[in-house]
Amino acid sequence: MALLDKHGVIERNATLLMVLSLIVVSIGGLVQIVPLFFLENTIEDVEGMRPYTPLELAGRDIYIAEGCYVCHSQMIRPMRDEVERYGHYSLAAESQYDHPFQWGSKRTGPDLARVGGRYSDEWHVDHLTDPRSVVPESIMPEYGYLLHTPLNIDYPEDRLVADAIVGVPYTEAMIASAKEDLLAQLDPYSDGIDNLYAGYGEKVVARNFDGQDELTQMDALVAYLQVLGTMVDFSTFEPVANR
Amino acid sequence: MQHTIKAVLLGVIVLAAAFATNFARDLSYQVSAIVIILWAGYLFIREIGKIGNAPTPAETGYMDGVVRAGVIATVFWGITGFTVGVWIAFQLAFPVLNLSELTHGYLNFGRLRPLHTSAVIFAFGGNALIATSFYVVQRTSAARLFGGNLAWFVFWGYQLFIVLAALSYVLGASQSREYAEPEWYIDLWLTIVWVAYLMVFAGTIYKRKEPHIYVANWFYLAFIITIAMLHIVNNMAVPVSIFGSKSVSLFSGVQDAMTQWWYGHNAVGFFLTAGFLGMMYYFVPKQANRPVFSYKLSIVHFWALIFLYIWAGPHHLHYTALPDWAQTLGMVMSIILWMPSWGGMINGLMTLSGAWDKLRTDAVLRIMVVSIAFYGMSTFEGPMMAIKAVNSLSHYTDWTIGHVHSGALGWNGMISFGALYFLVPRLWFRKGLYSMKLVNYHFWLATIGIVLYASAMWVSGIMEGLMWREVDAQGFLVNAFSDTVVAKYSLLVIRGVGGLFYLTGALIMAYNLRMTMIGAGDATSKEATTAVPAE
Repeated sequence: MALLDKHGVIERNATLLMVLSLIVVSIGGLVQIVPLFFLENTIEDVEGMRPYTPLELAGRDIYIAEGCYVCHSQMIRPMRDEVERYGHYSLAAESQYDHPFQWGSKRTGPDLARVGGRYSDEWHVDHLTDPRSVVPESIMPEYGYLLHTPLNIDYPEDRLVADAIVGVPYTEAMIASAKEDLLAQLDPYSDGIDNLYAGYGEKVVARNFDGQDELTQMDALVAYLQVLGTMVDFSTFEPVANR
Repeated sequence: MQHTIKAVLLGVIVLAAAFATNFARDLSYQVSAIVIILWAGYLFIREIGKIGNAPTPAETGYMDGVVRAGVIATVFWGITGFTVGVWIAFQLAFPVLNLSELTHGYLNFGRLRPLHTSAVIFAFGGNALIATSFYVVQRTSAARLFGGNLAWFVFWGYQLFIVLAALSYVLGASQSREYAEPEWYIDLWLTIVWVAYLMVFAGTIYKRKEPHIYVANWFYLAFIITIAMLHIVNNMAVPVSIFGSKSVSLFSGVQDAMTQWWYGHNAVGFFLTAGFLGMMYYFVPKQANRPVFSYKLSIVHFWALIFLYIWAGPHHLHYTALPDWAQTLGMVMSIILWMPSWGGMINGLMTLSGAWDKLRTDAVLRIMVVSIAFYGMSTFEGPMMAIKAVNSLSHYTDWTIGHVHSGALGWNGMISFGALYFLVPRLWFRKGLYSMKLVNYHFWLATIGIVLYASAMWVSGIMEGLMWREVDAQGFLVNAFSDTVVAKYSLLVIRGVGGLFYLTGALIMAYNLRMTMIGAGDATSKEATTAVPAE
């Protein structure tokens, strides 16, 4: 084949080989990734999505540090059994403020996309401390040490600023009151609670999540687990056929 | 003068790292800074000692010291990665092995699993790729490595990357992007090392004495360039503070997922496939003493492979919130990808045309051929699992884990072992390997280990997929999630045992290579050169 004979030109020219390779490997990514930023039907238009509160965000960071995503997905597929087991299938809108996304790739444990509100705080604390005390079949590691590891609250503002830079709609007021909002969410009768509701909405769940006086990593993690999948108001959701 | 500049530079790094240690906001960052102080401090002292020395005359001939170091590093990290793998496999069967309370969670599965995947892919696989590419590019270009000690910078810089990444996972710093877990400062360091790697490799090709660039080098080059592109785009992030490890990714949700799996699948496509095909294209013809089967096939499958692989990412996101058009595109391209993948398999296997009898007598060649066979099997299984209907069952289950391991243990592991057995006698100037019998033991232990592993995961994956979707006559789900966990128990144990077989084989290899290096092989060189039948 004459065309293949011309390949010798590329084989004798390292620059040409490198440039052509780079062009060839760039195409797929450009076609698949770039349109996702421009096609309007990529992310559904639904009511209820809000940025995480500082406490939930701290819990999310613990979820990531502990590698929970290794065994738990947060992405319910639209099949009968998954919808039965876990609830409404996941929408793209639900992870629009997730930097990075936590969809996961493996279900060594069940999906957590809608675990929020399914179990009590006490159940979560018991389960994280000794999973087999509440689910005898479980193979999950124990996370009891979260209950006596204080949560670092030195820099919650910086954490929100970073998210704001990449596009999460935290206002300057929310950033300024990050620490107060974080502490307020642990006590619904605190002075700062009105400010927390003003920033993140009345649906925010505020309570002492781990049942202890001290602010621990367990508080943050349970606060995060309890908000998962609870934000979207599904009465406002209409599936789009062309998506 | 050169030593003075280096010493000053290293001194600045030590000071900056000391500064960072003081202001560190988290443990992982602090420990990283301390490691950098120790590393740069050691080099600083060494450079100070060299100041005033007369410049050493430039060496000629092939630069093989760095390849020897790479061979040792490959064996070391391989065994580390396999050991962690066996450990976490048994953690899933026996959760008490997490030792959570004792270790404060530092050895929990969630932290060790990234350690395992990174150790095996990047530490073992990466060192194998760097070492073999440095060996192959010199031989096929008839030129010494470009850049003098830059090759040593690549080697040690890469080891530093591995150590920093491993420590950060255990200490709780992770981007939670699979196979791209290292945080921003480790990513920046890897970028520097990778650019240096490209300079050494491409520089050697530029000063080659052969007019043509050998096919193995096309693959190595495409691997290095594409990994650079993937690494930079997928790790775009904003650090929360320059004194902390935490960063947030530039993209979110759907776009972030697509970018991550564009990266994730091509870590497989370019790190574990293109790069390792480069290895195959040199070591298989060498060991079989036959030319590559088809030059034209290698041209067609090279361009088709690197073009198509990039499109396959969305098959990791079937039925998710990723728009359907992207899923369908990813599925179609994944199925087409089967063809160039098998082009590589055919080219590798058919290289043995007229030399098949060597399989009876040459255990090293047998290891290489089995690796190509596993490559063929997993590149058939992959496109099949990328079909949406199949994926609806296989996704989220152990089947995926089985698929990955038939590729990683079978293809990447075995071809690397073959290359190591080829390299060590030549790099240490021995007549042959210490013991071909031990190579044979290694072959069987590894092969049986993979079969145990993969079949256990197939059964377990398909079983849990079916159990999750099972509904009774009234339409209710039959199984609770926990029922599937109980049902998998014995299969998880078998998987661990399979891993143990594989690890044992690798330990035997390490012993065999060590004995070859110290020259014990020469004492028994008679045995090493005479063939051992394959029983």
